[in-house]
Amino acid sequence: MKRRDFIYLSGVGFGALMLPNMELFGNPIDPLAALNDGMDVGLKKQIADIAMNAAKSKGATYADVRIGRYLNQFVITRENRVQNVANTESFGVGIRVIANGCWGFAASNNVTKDEVAKTAERAVAVAKANAKIQGTPVELAPQKGFGEVSWKTPIEKNPFEVPVQEKTDLLLAVNAEAKNGGANFVNSMLFSINEQKYFASTDGSYIDQDIHRIYPSFVVTKIDKTSGKFQTRRSLSSPMGMGYEYLTPKEEEKVKGIVTRYKQRYDIMEDVKNATKDAAEKISAKSVEPGKYDLILDPSHLWLTIHESVGHPTELDRVLGYEANYAGTSFLTLDKWQSKKFNFGNKLVNVVADKTQPGSLGAVGYDDEGVQCGKWDLIKDGVLVNYQAIRDQAHIIGLDHSQGCCYAQSWQDVQFQRMPNVSLQPGKEKRSVDDMIKNVEKGIYIVGDGSFSIDQQRYNFQFGGQTFYEIKQGKIVGMLNDVAYQANTQEFWNSCTDLADASDYRLGGAFNDGKGQPGQSNAVSHGCPTTRFNGVNVINTARKI
Amino acid sequence: MAILTKEAAQALLKKVLTYSKADECEATLSGTEGGNIRYARNAVSTAGDVSTLNLSVSSRFGKKSAFSTINEFDDASLQKVVSRSEELAKLAPENPEVMPMLGPSDFKEAITYVPATAAMTPDTRAELVSKSIIAAKEAKLEAAGFLENSNGFTAVMNSKGLFAYNKSTDVIFSVTTRNQAGTGSGYAARGFNDVNKLDTLTATKIAASKANGSINAKAIEPGKYTVILEPVAATYMLENMFRGFDARSADEGRSFMSKPGGGTRLGEKLMDEQVTIYSDPFNPDMPAPTWNSEGQPLEKINWIDKGVVKNLAYSRYWAQQKNVKPVPGPSNVIMQGGSASLEELIKSTEKGILVSRLWYIRMVDPQTLLLTGLTRDGTFYIENGKIQFPIKNMRFNESPVIMLNNIEALGKAERSISVESYRSYLIPPMKIRDFTFTSLSDAV
Repeated sequence: MKRRDFIYLSGVGFGALMLPNMELFGNPIDPLAALNDGMDVGLKKQIADIAMNAAKSKGATYADVRIGRYLNQFVITRENRVQNVANTESFGVGIRVIANGCWGFAASNNVTKDEVAKTAERAVAVAKANAKIQGTPVELAPQKGFGEVSWKTPIEKNPFEVPVQEKTDLLLAVNAEAKNGGANFVNSMLFSINEQKYFASTDGSYIDQDIHRIYPSFVVTKIDKTSGKFQTRRSLSSPMGMGYEYLTPKEEEKVKGIVTRYKQRYDIMEDVKNATKDAAEKISAKSVEPGKYDLILDPSHLWLTIHESVGHPTELDRVLGYEANYAGTSFLTLDKWQSKKFNFGNKLVNVVADKTQPGSLGAVGYDDEGVQCGKWDLIKDGVLVNYQAIRDQAHIIGLDHSQGCCYAQSWQDVQFQRMPNVSLQPGKEKRSVDDMIKNVEKGIYIVGDGSFSIDQQRYNFQFGGQTFYEIKQGKIVGMLNDVAYQANTQEFWNSCTDLADASDYRLGGAFNDGKGQPGQSNAVSHGCPTTRFNGVNVINTARKI
Repeated sequence: MAILTKEAAQALLKKVLTYSKADECEATLSGTEGGNIRYARNAVSTAGDVSTLNLSVSSRFGKKSAFSTINEFDDASLQKVVSRSEELAKLAPENPEVMPMLGPSDFKEAITYVPATAAMTPDTRAELVSKSIIAAKEAKLEAAGFLENSNGFTAVMNSKGLFAYNKSTDVIFSVTTRNQAGTGSGYAARGFNDVNKLDTLTATKIAASKANGSINAKAIEPGKYTVILEPVAATYMLENMFRGFDARSADEGRSFMSKPGGGTRLGEKLMDEQVTIYSDPFNPDMPAPTWNSEGQPLEKINWIDKGVVKNLAYSRYWAQQKNVKPVPGPSNVIMQGGSASLEELIKSTEKGILVSRLWYIRMVDPQTLLLTGLTRDGTFYIENGKIQFPIKNMRFNESPVIMLNNIEALGKAERSISVESYRSYLIPPMKIRDFTFTSLSDAV
């Protein structure tokens, strides 16, 4: 498959987040070649030392070297056919330096002793050229060296060791289930990633990491030929920082209710059966009456609202204006944080940033500038208390250390501030979803994420979903169609009145959160329990052409 | 050197094909040289310089197909990439949609290459950016922007005798200027094949005047308004529709081009008769390659002609299924404009809104192509033919199909880039009645 085709496919079929020009593809390889060990860690250290010495000898005051091997596998099917199986490998080195107080970066796919020295010199030359039009010199938060350390995603089954045949068989079985249930079309896909990253810096760190992510997904389409109407229902799976074990169902990882939803294990066969029924029901569902509703939002939906309305505005680079020309700035300006009383949401609202959460997409031992990862509060009892920062930003918010939010999508891209997992904490008291629905007079229960859009400072947003259930006098009375809700971030989070307890807490997430110019993608998870928001404005999205 | 001449590329590809043992083999050689500068807060934040030369080899055994890539060009490496693609093809599952490779064709030479753009260096990039920063500082604003240039070639040859070569250059520039208080913001974006057409100083001055002109914006009630969309706003709005000129999804019943009861909307009048949308690789303002990755020649083709759906793209597989001639997808997209200037469009407006830019557009309903998004970086209220005052940004929910039925007037088409994909289009400013805004935003 050619790269452009994949982007087109993702754009139309798989509802990825803002998709930048993805550079995820490397050289196609035999699936078995993915299991080779790659370059020896001792050799990586030698090469990194050569690069750092070359940079310093040309005048760099700081240098870091990232030697990366990025493996991807896509298995893509529709109905009864395998459309594509692609295995790719990308290997190279990215070198970042500070010279004359300015950043410089260069990369090469030729990871040899001679070539890395030249690449390091190029990075210094770029820094010196840019220093001529640079404003304030870079100020790095101190970071101790960790010596030689390593970290691995704790997986049970390496997806790259599972034969391709097993994967195509599974996806074709998923498609057959949908077709047998009456679906007109079904697309399914399994995406596996392995980042083998080696980081070294002049601070004295040599960090070797092995990171896995997996994402199974499908879309079922049902068409009513006479009316010309069509409806889709996407899988309720999440991309996870896990191995192939995610696809082994476990009863205790299921959340039963109006439809089964999933925690750290996914039952794709069960979900496709439900999706096929849902798609058919959506065709004849009632069109929503616009107005104010109390919303009960499932984690499979709410993760995206958290991502857009809490995750992005607390990114410090946006607050400072570095993303002004593309992703935008933020309404959470420094004065609001300094006041220590900016009322972001209801006091029930507690949001944490966490790069250590098991199973999450953002979980790593160390970030891409050698900072050990941790957990911190962003919103505490409804008040804005912190941001997401990296080494050259920490001093701006009075921190003496980085929060470990630095990431580059590959060896050939420069690392910059990216979102950690940002999650809404569950309610402290015992509370089930049924208890929550019982108290709603006029409401809508939304499962799954759909259309999403938010302004460049993250005030005004609009979200759709996968399935919408009407709640009347504490009971679910049927499915609705054409639903989207619009709100202002601060008003929305202040209208939060009820949270389910920890037993309902689940992760959602995105493989392709886009930011930067040229664009880079970042994988990030968002956890939350089912949550209630009162009096939210719902519009009807039906039109006729 | 990442850029090979036609002769050098041809010789290399010929050699690659001699190593093939597959039923069919195709080799594609592509090279790019270029770089970028990103700046924010009136200073450079990141910069890069990129040069790549890549060979991709696709091998087929019956309906089994795979490709492999390499960036080393000694004989052993060339043999390795061919044999690896053959091994992968043997392992691949059969794909019934694989079509036989195409034979030779007489491709016309494209006009996509401009030597001045190819000659750009890190210094010329820095100079263009420094002009932008100076203009921002003079207007007492902070600029954040991005400049990227590329010079590339692609050559393809296959075992059926096809050979094609194309060179192209491109430069894109975008800038956002904001005041210190964060109460005003303006934007400009430009894209050209020819860097001589890029004036970063003037573009930044336009962004600056939008920024300073948008301070103290007033709120107006959301609802249906006559809007004038500047080309950069119209381009982003219409880009989603251009992706939908595809026969297969229409035939399958899952596109806005599907006809109720089955089939496509081909031949149906779907929009106002002022709407003509076409592709033309030889348009001097918007040149495009004259062949695509399938080896099909690209010619001028109308998609919408005076509001009527004239053509949909048929992949070679789908054309065979439907027993029609294949129609390659758009090489570029051009919407025919009128003769009015933006000023004249404003002058002829009794009450309306001037929209400088749109942002974060996403599909709400693919059946009707209903989109949502927001205005950004300069939204102004017009009354009695004059801009009266800046207004706060608003969210819209509107379908480009409905919008193109509500055209009051079109201005002169100009080259503009999509603020999300960075692709260039030739699109006129347009005056549209009954454009639907659904809520206010506090964003600046």
